[in-house]
Amino acid sequence: MSTRLARGGRLIDRTKAVGFSFNGKQMRGFAGDTLAAALLANDQMLVGRSFKYHRPRGIVASGAEEPNALMNMGVGGRFEPNQRATTTEVFEGLRATSQNHWPSLEFDVGVVNNLAARFLPGGFYYKTFMYPRAAWKHVFEPIIRKSAGLGRAPKGHDSDRYEQAYAFCDILVAGGGMAGLQAALTAGQAGKRVLILEQTAHWGGRAIIDGDDAAREWIAATVQALGAMDNVRMRLRCMAAGVYDHGYVLADEKVADHTPGDGRPKHRLWRIRAERIIAATGAIERPLSFAGNDIPGVMLASAVRDYVVGFGVSPGDRTVVVTNNDDAYHTAIALVEAGLAVPCIVDARAQASGALVDRARALGIRVEQGRAIAKVRGGKRVTGVALCMQAGEGAILAEIACEAVAMSGGWSPVVHLWSHCGGKLVWDEAQGHFRPDATRPPTGHDGAGMVVCVGAANGEGLAQPEPVWIMPQGAGTALKTKMWLDYQNDVKVSDVQLAAREGYESVEHTKRYTTLGMATDQGKLSNINGLAVLAGALNSTIPQVGTTTFRPPYTPVVFGALAGESRGEIFQPMRGTPIHAWHEAHGAYFEPVGLWRRPYCFPRGGENHAQAVEREILNTRANVGLLDASTLGKIIVKGPDAGRFLDMLYTGVMSTLGVGKCRYGLMCNENGFLSDDGVVIRLSEDSWLCHTTTGGADRIHAHMEDWLQCEWWDWQVYTANVTEQYAQIAVAGPKARKVLEALGGIDVSAEAMPFMTFADGVLGGMPVRVHRISFSGELSYEIAVAAGQGRALWDRLVEAGAAFGVMPYGTEAMHIMRAEKGFVMIGDETDGTVVPQDLNLGWAISKKKADYLGKRGQERAYLARADRWKLAGFETLDGSVIPDGAYIIAEGMNGNGQRNTQGRVTSTYYSPTLKKGIAMGLIVGGLDRMGDQVEFNTVAGGTVRARVVDPVFYDKEGVQQNV
Amino acid sequence: MLTLECPYCGVKAEETELAPGYEAHLKRHGPGSTDEAFEAYMFARKNPKGVHFERWRHAYGCGKWFLAARDTATLEVFGTYPAQSSGPPAELIEKIKAKRPDWKGF
Repeated sequence: MSTRLARGGRLIDRTKAVGFSFNGKQMRGFAGDTLAAALLANDQMLVGRSFKYHRPRGIVASGAEEPNALMNMGVGGRFEPNQRATTTEVFEGLRATSQNHWPSLEFDVGVVNNLAARFLPGGFYYKTFMYPRAAWKHVFEPIIRKSAGLGRAPKGHDSDRYEQAYAFCDILVAGGGMAGLQAALTAGQAGKRVLILEQTAHWGGRAIIDGDDAAREWIAATVQALGAMDNVRMRLRCMAAGVYDHGYVLADEKVADHTPGDGRPKHRLWRIRAERIIAATGAIERPLSFAGNDIPGVMLASAVRDYVVGFGVSPGDRTVVVTNNDDAYHTAIALVEAGLAVPCIVDARAQASGALVDRARALGIRVEQGRAIAKVRGGKRVTGVALCMQAGEGAILAEIACEAVAMSGGWSPVVHLWSHCGGKLVWDEAQGHFRPDATRPPTGHDGAGMVVCVGAANGEGLAQPEPVWIMPQGAGTALKTKMWLDYQNDVKVSDVQLAAREGYESVEHTKRYTTLGMATDQGKLSNINGLAVLAGALNSTIPQVGTTTFRPPYTPVVFGALAGESRGEIFQPMRGTPIHAWHEAHGAYFEPVGLWRRPYCFPRGGENHAQAVEREILNTRANVGLLDASTLGKIIVKGPDAGRFLDMLYTGVMSTLGVGKCRYGLMCNENGFLSDDGVVIRLSEDSWLCHTTTGGADRIHAHMEDWLQCEWWDWQVYTANVTEQYAQIAVAGPKARKVLEALGGIDVSAEAMPFMTFADGVLGGMPVRVHRISFSGELSYEIAVAAGQGRALWDRLVEAGAAFGVMPYGTEAMHIMRAEKGFVMIGDETDGTVVPQDLNLGWAISKKKADYLGKRGQERAYLARADRWKLAGFETLDGSVIPDGAYIIAEGMNGNGQRNTQGRVTSTYYSPTLKKGIAMGLIVGGLDRMGDQVEFNTVAGGTVRARVVDPVFYDKEGVQQNV
Repeated sequence: MLTLECPYCGVKAEETELAPGYEAHLKRHGPGSTDEAFEAYMFARKNPKGVHFERWRHAYGCGKWFLAARDTATLEVFGTYPAQSSGPPAELIEKIKAKRPDWKGF
């Protein structure tokens, strides 16, 4: 059994005991323990179930590469799934539970998958669930969703907060081992701005475990020296997650994971811009592929060393060491020095010699050369190993009883940060690993390499392994189906070989077919062994097969850290008009329009939304309504060439517009398609104000600036987006004039202010600009006032309008009233493929102008075809409302067995004014089809019959607005 | 996350401050142009692996459009210059030629 040793543990503080629980069971650890170390100290070898076969799994590693010990951590608002026990620090009150099992860790029903493993080979998802097709939706998918996945996603709100910070430096050092500390020291002494990050809670990396006293003294002195430098910043528990273009680095600092609830942010996400990045990210030991290498108690040799030396934890009384290189001898020596037994070092190499081998022998450790593990004995924990010849097929030579197996398949440099942004790798045959190719680095803004790998990350100082990819080399199928390459995704040697036989020659395809190295592994543990097995199966070489792409993040970053403070009400900016508070106080139901919140309607009493909209429309048509139109885009265009510029921008002529007059205009893109519309007014000889749609203000302003700066830069024109400088209120309805007259001031009589004119003046004591324009079809004034006075004007209008039955109306009433009048709406009648001619708006296009944006595009023969879908009105025969998005069906079927179409609805409403459904839509032939009967499909599957009519349903003569 | 220096305000802007505007130095073809010329202007875009000239707007900064010469593969930035330019500045072309002898030129 695994247990705490009486002495030792360089990373723990034995004077500080810590209580925690695992699956409800109370356990004790020490400050400085990782959860994995503390679990092993409590003989908790079994920590989870595997993904696919639900096999019992134990702790394999001691760091970020751990594939098995993924835990549910915390409860309630602090619940987090998939947290690695090997990188989680224990604290008083920590609560962890294992995942991916049912009903319990010890007795898991899903383990039947293990018995059926030969029916679940690599790619089984793709093969098994193909037929019958209907079964996918009703049988396969629900079962897969229930049984797959690792931890469960948290459901409630996260109780913690997260923050983000920016940092800039000359040199970013990722990794606080000896190589990283040395690099930071050198750069710091040279006066560079240095930021050094270490993902664990202590400086020194592997040297804390593997180094001698002198090394540990050097680490302490260097950390102290760096801490004293003003130009060096140091961060522990901070993982460099990804390297991006031009030296941009994301790093995740686990500020309070180990001190939950202390008021600090749980994580801090650093957005770092570094001139140069030094990756001192070390190396990760590789497993060996032998049968039963996933049984709890089989661990990486370096991890065993970490637990014994770093945490004073024994993985078992007897540990068999199996290796293809010298490094694992360190583990054997460390175990014996800790007073534990190493029954045998199983060395796959035919010849093993050197100082470490001699030292192990001198300690009396039995070394078996040219041997391999034929299979590991045990179920939920190791009970022994069977030995065989590495060169053979697995005939058992001897059995050795043991509680743990320490394996080493050599070391792979951590090249993730090098590779994220395009750094290339070279296969080092002698070292048996991929290492950075210094001649092909990821490049920065100056074209020079921006990442440098140092120390073990560059392949320096690592033990040379002999290539051993399968153990024994001649293993048959029975053994290969028990050799795990990827513990987390349950990928075995046999799966990769099967993929190769089925034609998956590309390593990227094999990865996806077998799921090798997917999810959180990202090539840390499984990559090289998998590549080697694939290369072997393809009779190819590892460099020829190549490696899969390393993608950020290096280890998972929680969504909370990525979101930072952008949650809840401040998830994104919210724009409100100067009158917003009134709307809120009067029960407005808001709808988002871009970042704006606009009142959709103002329900009264027990009204539902439809009833409120109906009342608002009927009141506007009978009395008077108020609309907050402040969100309308307002752009001033001014200068000697402003008229010429607007003539290019709009399809109509704006340069001839008289001062004090209003004109409706259309804007198109160069392709000829309608992009925005609105009323343009001429303020003075050299200045115009362009109204845009609410959503179009910023876009159209940018569009204007694009053409002015990049094409007609010699034209003298200024633009200014003054959308938020003014509040704008529409007063619409037969009694609108009376309301304005009650306020007193500017003459708004029909004679003084005819339709499509405006005037500056005073209203109710406030300086205003009154436009006589109408989007509702009623007598209507749109009053612009300085934003700061918007609320005051609104209040005065509500007050003065009371005697005339004034009511505010929202965007839905506005939409319906414009549809009753047949006015088009950008985004409803247009979708980026509609030219103004399609909407019968040819009258707004100048025939005289030589050029405007979109004119050449509209001249294309395709856009003049007779079968273009054009605007018309529609009324159902039964008075019902045509469903949103309905198509007008035509004779026959298309190639997919669907009905042919001849048009579609673009706006469809119940008209309270006309007491029936009305619609606009696009149909082949447009207004030439008037009187035809057509069929719209419905969501329910049937059709609804409608008649093609004039799109102006209400007051075609304009009697209402011209009074 | 590129960084590009705005030639107007001198800020080393990062990509989140910028709006892309695709290929630079397009020649506008309006009414009277052939279908082929208009199609090329409207739709045919270079997509080189290597030296490329692009439009960028310092959208969340000074608001100005500018042009950038950049290697699309290595992300090296050769230079930025005002949008009010009919072609890349001569010294920028020389600089690129010195760094990319195989470059066929603008």
